[in-house]
Amino acid sequence: MPTLKFSDKSYSLNDSETILDGLLRQGESAPHSCKTGVCQTCLMQVVEGEVPPEAQKGLKETLQSQGYFLACQWSPSEDTSVKLPGLEDTAISASISEIRSLCHNVNLLRVTPEEGFSCVPGQYLTLVNSDGVARSYSVANLSHQDSYIDLHIRTIPGGVFSNWVNEKACVGDQVHLRGPAGDCFYIAKEGKDTPLLLAGTGTGLAPLYGIILDALSQDHTGPISLFHGALKEEDLYFVEALQELDQTTSNFSYFPCVLNGEEGAFYTCGDIQEIVLTALPEDKKELRIYLCGGPDFVNSMKKKTFLAGAASQNIYSDAFVVRSSE
Amino acid sequence: MSLFEKIGGEDAVNAAVDVFYRKVLSDDLISHFFETVDMDKQMAKQKAFLTMAFGGPHNYTGQDMREGHKHLDLKEEHFQAVAGHLQSTLQDLGVAPDLIDEVMAIAASTHDDVLNL
Ligand code: HEM
Repeated sequence: MPTLKFSDKSYSLNDSETILDGLLRQGESAPHSCKTGVCQTCLMQVVEGEVPPEAQKGLKETLQSQGYFLACQWSPSEDTSVKLPGLEDTAISASISEIRSLCHNVNLLRVTPEEGFSCVPGQYLTLVNSDGVARSYSVANLSHQDSYIDLHIRTIPGGVFSNWVNEKACVGDQVHLRGPAGDCFYIAKEGKDTPLLLAGTGTGLAPLYGIILDALSQDHTGPISLFHGALKEEDLYFVEALQELDQTTSNFSYFPCVLNGEEGAFYTCGDIQEIVLTALPEDKKELRIYLCGGPDFVNSMKKKTFLAGAASQNIYSDAFVVRSSE
Repeated sequence: MSLFEKIGGEDAVNAAVDVFYRKVLSDDLISHFFETVDMDKQMAKQKAFLTMAFGGPHNYTGQDMREGHKHLDLKEEHFQAVAGHLQSTLQDLGVAPDLIDEVMAIAASTHDDVLNL
């Protein structure tokens, strides 16, 4: 009989018993509903073991690649260890290697992990500072090639963490990293010639920038369009780097959008949501859409691009939540 | 062959779910029931609904349907709207009329439980 490890406890599984049934039989509570592999309520992540393909049916590629599976669809014949989806509890130490202003309200914080920390550009991690304050930020560089991780920290008036970055944090300081998490990233398996459309507001640019670098480093050949939305011109950042990338990369286009801007400038004036919706390609079957930024923007755009014809499976998103304690 | 197999099984559910959910979200009478923050989770629930309506494998009992919809306080018009979108989704996908009738019969059989009558 195979043994199942779940939340630090061991359970036994009967012959051809599913992980979900085994846990429920032994009094463990695990989220579930349809028990037929459709509703995805019983989503879990493998820690040790070989997930069979039928336990990943219907899941996004980005979840499959991280070992997510449906507990009602897997009856292991070998010992297996699984967990509920969520951030890792174990924290890894890292040191701050650079702090640089990107614009009047965004700082770049570069951290260098002291041991292996594997994350994919576009995912997010939780950063814990020396005062024990923790916040989540997205990976904005080729973290699997570089030895460091770049994060974009927006200054929030009165924000405990962002003020720490602004006023107290110094190069060399120790911090801790937890995670990573999130399924908003590039995956070449779904086709390198498909069009990618990325839209974000504010520091939603961080994951999008990471995803673009990742796609280009994996030789994505389809057109890549980036829409970065800002309230005012001075809220845009990385403008020169992105303009240069646009000029030197034939399949990349950069569209800065400013809500309260001036006509005739280098950006488009107007609401990024409307600008993106009018720029959607005729054929949306293959189009992959990445949406990052505030929850209002992300949720509204998810719905609007879906209603405009994008396939739900091809919409990836990450909505930033600003903690009310900030 | 079962109804589910005749319609095309899981592939049919995957083909139908976007079409069906677009209709539901565009219908002001019922869209608010489905506008949860997480669209991905909502898509999975829509698949559960379609699998059940297509006669596919599921473990929902009438009691589950009653419990699962009770808090929504649904009325006859809501049920008719969902049933209508189900029917027109199948028509859009070119499903044979006699199979559509069978699906609509399954949906109708849940009527009293879904409306908590
Ligand atoms: C036509 C017959 C119907 C059937 C067979 C049916 C079936 C289902 C099923 C299988 C689920 C998934 C339950 C789960 O595992 O979480 C579900 C959820 C749901 N249904 Fe229905 N349904 C019907 C009608 C309706 C109607 C008329 C409405 C509202 C207009 C509705 C609104 C919902 C909502 C909002 C959920 C999601 C609840 C949640 O998020 O937890 N359903 N339904």
